[in-house]
Amino acid sequence: MNRFTYARVEDVATAVRAIAADGHARFIAGGTNLLDLMKENVERPERLIDITHLPLAGIEPTDHGGLRLGALATNTSVAYHPEVERRYPLLSQAILAGASAQLRNMASVGGNLMQRTRCAYFYDTATPCNKRTPGAGCSAIGGFTRYHAILGASEHCIAVHPSDMCVALAALAAVVRVTGPRGDRTIAFGDFHRLPGDTPHLDTTKQPDEIITAVDLPAEGFARHFTYLKVRDRTSYAFALVAVAAALRMEGGTIAEARVTLGGVAHTPWRDPSVEATLRGQPATRASFQRAADALVRDARASGQNAFKIELARRAVVRALERAAAGGRDEAGPAAAAPAGGRP
Amino acid sequence: MSPRDAQTIEVAPEWAAATRITLRLNGAARELAVEPWTTLLDALREHLDLTGTKKGCDHGQCGACTVLVDGVRIVSCLTLAVMKDGAEVTTVEGLARDGALHPLQAAFVEHDAFQCGYCTPGQICSAVGLMREGRARTADEIRELMSGNLCRCGAYPNILAAIQAAMRATPEAARR
Repeated sequence: MNRFTYARVEDVATAVRAIAADGHARFIAGGTNLLDLMKENVERPERLIDITHLPLAGIEPTDHGGLRLGALATNTSVAYHPEVERRYPLLSQAILAGASAQLRNMASVGGNLMQRTRCAYFYDTATPCNKRTPGAGCSAIGGFTRYHAILGASEHCIAVHPSDMCVALAALAAVVRVTGPRGDRTIAFGDFHRLPGDTPHLDTTKQPDEIITAVDLPAEGFARHFTYLKVRDRTSYAFALVAVAAALRMEGGTIAEARVTLGGVAHTPWRDPSVEATLRGQPATRASFQRAADALVRDARASGQNAFKIELARRAVVRALERAAAGGRDEAGPAAAAPAGGRP
Repeated sequence: MSPRDAQTIEVAPEWAAATRITLRLNGAARELAVEPWTTLLDALREHLDLTGTKKGCDHGQCGACTVLVDGVRIVSCLTLAVMKDGAEVTTVEGLARDGALHPLQAAFVEHDAFQCGYCTPGQICSAVGLMREGRARTADEIRELMSGNLCRCGAYPNILAAIQAAMRATPEAARR
C-alpha cells in the first residue's frame, strides 16, 4: 500500500470541500474494496478522507411513501432492516447473496455503488488495462473471459460491475442522491453506472467531487412477487456469472408490471424498460417469459469463453420470472425468499 | 548526502507522523501510535503483540483475521486502525472469562473443529458474531453465514457441529 495522509470529516459540506480541493484524494467508508485495491497498487490515493462519521447511516421513510437508505448504512443493516425485509425483500435477498457476513457488516450503500470491477486484468498491474490506464489496451479481450461482459461491452473494455445490491436497486428503479460543489442533485439508478465505450476508466456519472448521501427506494417494492437468482461457481461467497433481479406486480394471472435486471453481464446492471413493457398485460406463462428473455439478450455478444453466459442469462431470466410469479418460491424447492438459508 | 539519506527523504514529514489512537481492546484501554496505512490486523499483531488474529490472504477473502469491533464481526485486514480510534475490539485472546474458555472455544475443542488451526481464531470470532446476530438457526443457515471463513484443511463438518453445540448450550439472550 502506498503512503497517504488521513483526514476525518464530520459533516457533508466539509467532505465535499475536502474532495474538491484534492484530485488525488478518495473517500473511505467501509474500505472493503478501496483498501483491497490499494494493497494491489491499483488505487494509489495521496489522501484518504474518512466519511464514516458523517450522519448518513439512517434508514428513513421518504415523503413519497418510499424508503431512504443513508449512504453509510451498512449492507447488513439494509438487508435486515424490518421495512426493507417487509417492503423490499428483493433488495434483502440480493444483498445477502453477495460477499460474506463480515464484509456486509463493513460495506456501505454508497461504497457498494462505487465498487470497481473484479476483472482480474484490472487487478493485475502487470497487464495493460484501459480502466486503470486509459489508452493502455484491454488484456481481457482474448484472455480469460469467463466472468466478462456479454452486453454493452466495447472494444476498450469487457469488464462487468460486480454488485448484487445494485442489480436489485436497478430493478426497483431507485434514485441516487448526491451532493457536490454545485449543490444537490438526484441520478436515476439506470443513469448512475455507465457503459465503458471509449472511456472505461469512468464507472459512474457521479462527478469525482460529489458525494453520495442516500439512495431512495420508490413506494412500489414488489414484495409479493420477486426473486433474486444468482448463478455462480460456488453456492456462496462468489461473484455472479449471471444474476437476475425479477419483480412482478400481478393482477390475477396477468402481469400488471414487470421488472427484470441482469447482473454479472455488463459494465452496469442491465435493465431494459422496453422489454419490461412487453410483459405488461401478458399471462404469467413460460412462453411470455421466454419472449422477454430472448428480447433482453438479443444484442448479447460473446468474448471467447463467456459464450455460455448468453444462454445461461436467457434461462436464468425465465427461471427468475417463474419464481417471482409463484411468489418467490421455486416450484420444486424451498422458499427462495429465505435468503440466509437460500441455496440457489 | 549519503545514498541512505536520499532514500529516506522520499517520505514527507506529514506522512511520517503517526497518529495516537486508543482502542478498548479485550476489556482494557490500549493507546498506540499508528500510521494512516496501518491496518487493524497489523496493529494487533505487530504493535500490540496479539498474534492470535491471523493474516491469511490479507485481502478480505479468507476470514482468518476476523475480529469483533463494537461487537460486530469484521475483517481486520481491510480495516484501517486509525479509523477505529475509540472502538471496542475483541480478539480471540479476549473471549475467555476468568480462565474459562468461551463456550465456542470449548465446543471447537470438544468437536475437533480444526486441523492445522490457522483459521481457527477467525472461525471462532466469526461464530461469536454469528451467534450475536441471531440470523442462523438451521445447519444451512450456519454454513451460509460462515462462508466468509475458509478452512483449507476442510474441517467444515466439525466447525458446523461445534457452532451448533455452542448455540444449543447458550440461551439466545446470553449470546449478546
